[in-house]
Amino acid sequence: MPAPLIASHNILSPLGFSTDENFSAVRNGKSGLALQASSPTSNTPFCAALINTDKLDMAFQAIGNPNKYTRFEKLLILSISHALKDSEVDIRSGQTGILISTTKGNIDLLDAENYHGFGENRIHLWEAAQQVQAFFENPNVPIVLSNACISGALAVIMASDYIRSGRYNNIVVAGADIISKFVVSGFQSFLALAENPCQPYDKNRNGLNLGEGCGTIVLTNNKKAGLDGELIAVAGGASSNDANHISGPSRTGAGLTLAIGKSLKNAGISAGDVNYLCAHGTATIFNDEMESLAFSTAGLSATPVNSFKGYYGHTLGAAGLIESVLTVKSMTEKLLVKTAGYTDCGVSGKINVITENTQANIHHAMKTASGFGGCNAALIFSKLS
Amino acid sequence: MNNGLCISAHCRIKDNSAALNGETVFTLEEASFTQFIKALYRDQKFEYSKFFKMDNLSKLGFAAAEILLSNADDKIMGEEVGVVLANANASLDTDVKHQESIADAKNYFPSPSVFVYTLPNIVIGEICIKHKFTGENACLISKSFDSDQLFEYTMNLFNNGKVSSCLIGWVDCYLGEYDAALFFITRNNDKKSNFESERLKSIYQNCS
Repeated sequence: MPAPLIASHNILSPLGFSTDENFSAVRNGKSGLALQASSPTSNTPFCAALINTDKLDMAFQAIGNPNKYTRFEKLLILSISHALKDSEVDIRSGQTGILISTTKGNIDLLDAENYHGFGENRIHLWEAAQQVQAFFENPNVPIVLSNACISGALAVIMASDYIRSGRYNNIVVAGADIISKFVVSGFQSFLALAENPCQPYDKNRNGLNLGEGCGTIVLTNNKKAGLDGELIAVAGGASSNDANHISGPSRTGAGLTLAIGKSLKNAGISAGDVNYLCAHGTATIFNDEMESLAFSTAGLSATPVNSFKGYYGHTLGAAGLIESVLTVKSMTEKLLVKTAGYTDCGVSGKINVITENTQANIHHAMKTASGFGGCNAALIFSKLS
Repeated sequence: MNNGLCISAHCRIKDNSAALNGETVFTLEEASFTQFIKALYRDQKFEYSKFFKMDNLSKLGFAAAEILLSNADDKIMGEEVGVVLANANASLDTDVKHQESIADAKNYFPSPSVFVYTLPNIVIGEICIKHKFTGENACLISKSFDSDQLFEYTMNLFNNGKVSSCLIGWVDCYLGEYDAALFFITRNNDKKSNFESERLKSIYQNCS
C-alpha cells in the first residue's frame, strides 16, 4: 500500500502566513492571543487570536480578487496556494483530491442582508468548497468534513486513507475557521471563554480562547517528496465516540484512550515508541482533566506533551490541521515547544508537560483532538528512515 | 464483485413516511415535521425522554437509527461500530435559530442548549449514546446524496480493520424539509445485498 507522505504544508494565522513565520514565532514564545476590545464579533471585550483583515486582503491580492471571496474562503485559498508553492503536486490533476475541514465555514454570512452580497448558496459548506475547487481548477468534487473540533485531525486521517487505498495520488487537505459573532456568542453562553490567555493543564486554568486560521497539508504517494530533507508519513490514525454526552467530555477519558489505542495499532507501533504528543489542551477544566486521564491510561505518562492553544487559541476545525503542521515542523526542526500558559500541574492524570523548548529527535509523534458530540481522534506521524 | 460486506438493513424517513427495508412502517398525512416526528416516536414506542431535547436534525437521525437497528444483532460490539453520516445543509436548521437569538442587541439571549446543536455531527453523538457505539465517526457535507463518497470512505474503514460494522447514510433537514436514508453495513457474504455504491444509489433513488 502506498504510504501517505507529506509533500508540503502551510499555516495562515495571526502569527504569520507561512509555516516558517509561525514556527519561528512559537519557538520565540510569541502568542497570537490579544484582548479584542473593538471586534464586531463581540459586544464585550474578549481574548482571542484574530487575523488582521487588511493584511489578509493585501496578501490575497497577489493571487486573486479579495472581494470575490468570503473571509473563510480567502483563508483556504491563500493557505493552499502557499502550500502548493513548496511542492511539485499538480492541483489541476484528476489524481489530486481536495479535502476541506471546518466547523462553521461561512456562518458569518448569516448576520447580514443577502448574505453580505454573496447570496444564499454560499452559506453551504459544499458551495464554499466548490469556490476553492474552482479557484484552483481542480476537476474533482471536493470532500467536506465537518466533525466539530476533531474536523482537522480527522481530515488528515481521512486524506491519508484515500492515498493508501489508491483513490488519489495526491490530496490537498485544508482546515479553516473564522471567528464570528455566531461562534463567540455561543461559547460565551457556555461560559467557556477565559478572560486572559488560556493556561492548558495548569491548576489555574479557567477556559479557552478562540482563534482563527487555516492549516494545509499536501499529501502524496510520491516517494521523492522531501520535506526539509526528511520523509514524513501519516503512519496511522483513528477516531472514536465517547457515547456519553453531547457537550461534555467523558469523565474517564475512555473514548480518547480508545482512539489512541486504535491509532497505535493502525500505525503498528506501541505507546512507548511515541516521542512527542501534541495534545488538544483547550484549557477548559474538563477537557484537560479528561485528556490527562486518557494519556496516562494509554501509557503516555512519560511522553513529552504540549498544547499550542496558548499561541493560537482554539481554531476549531482548523486546529487539527494547524497543530498537525506544527507537529511535523517540530519533527523536522527537532524541537519540542513549551506549552504557553502552563506553570503548575492542575490535572490528576500523570502527564509530562513540556515547560522549556527542548531539542529532541522525534521519530514518531502523535496528534490528538476531542470535540462536541463526544468525538475523539488520534493520528501518528512517522519519519521514514 | 463480492467484497464480503452487505447492506443488512436500510431505513428511509421522508414525506411523512418511515420505511424499513422498503416496507412502510408509519405514515401520517398532512403533518409538519414536528407533528410527524412526534407521532412516529409514539407509534414506534421509542421511550427515550432525551429525544424531546434534541434539535430536528438529531430527532430525524435518531428516529431513523432506531427503526434501522430494531432488528440488529444484539451481539454487535459497540467499539467496532462506525457511524458515517452526510448531508447538504449541515446544522443550518439550528444555526438560524442561534442566529435569531443574537441578531438583536436589545433581545440578546444565546442559549447553550441551542448552540450545542449548531454542529452537524451532534446527531452522530446522539445515536452513539443511545446504542453505545464508540467506534469511528465522520460527518461529510455534499450538495446531494453522494453514494461514491459514502462507499469509498466506508470501504477504507473496513479495509483498514477499523470497523466490523458501520451505520452510514444521509440525514438532512432545513426549514421543514427533511430526508433520512440510513444503511447498516455488516460483514456477510450475501450476493443479493452486496455493499456497492450503485446499490446504495439505487435504494436511495427507488425509495424517493
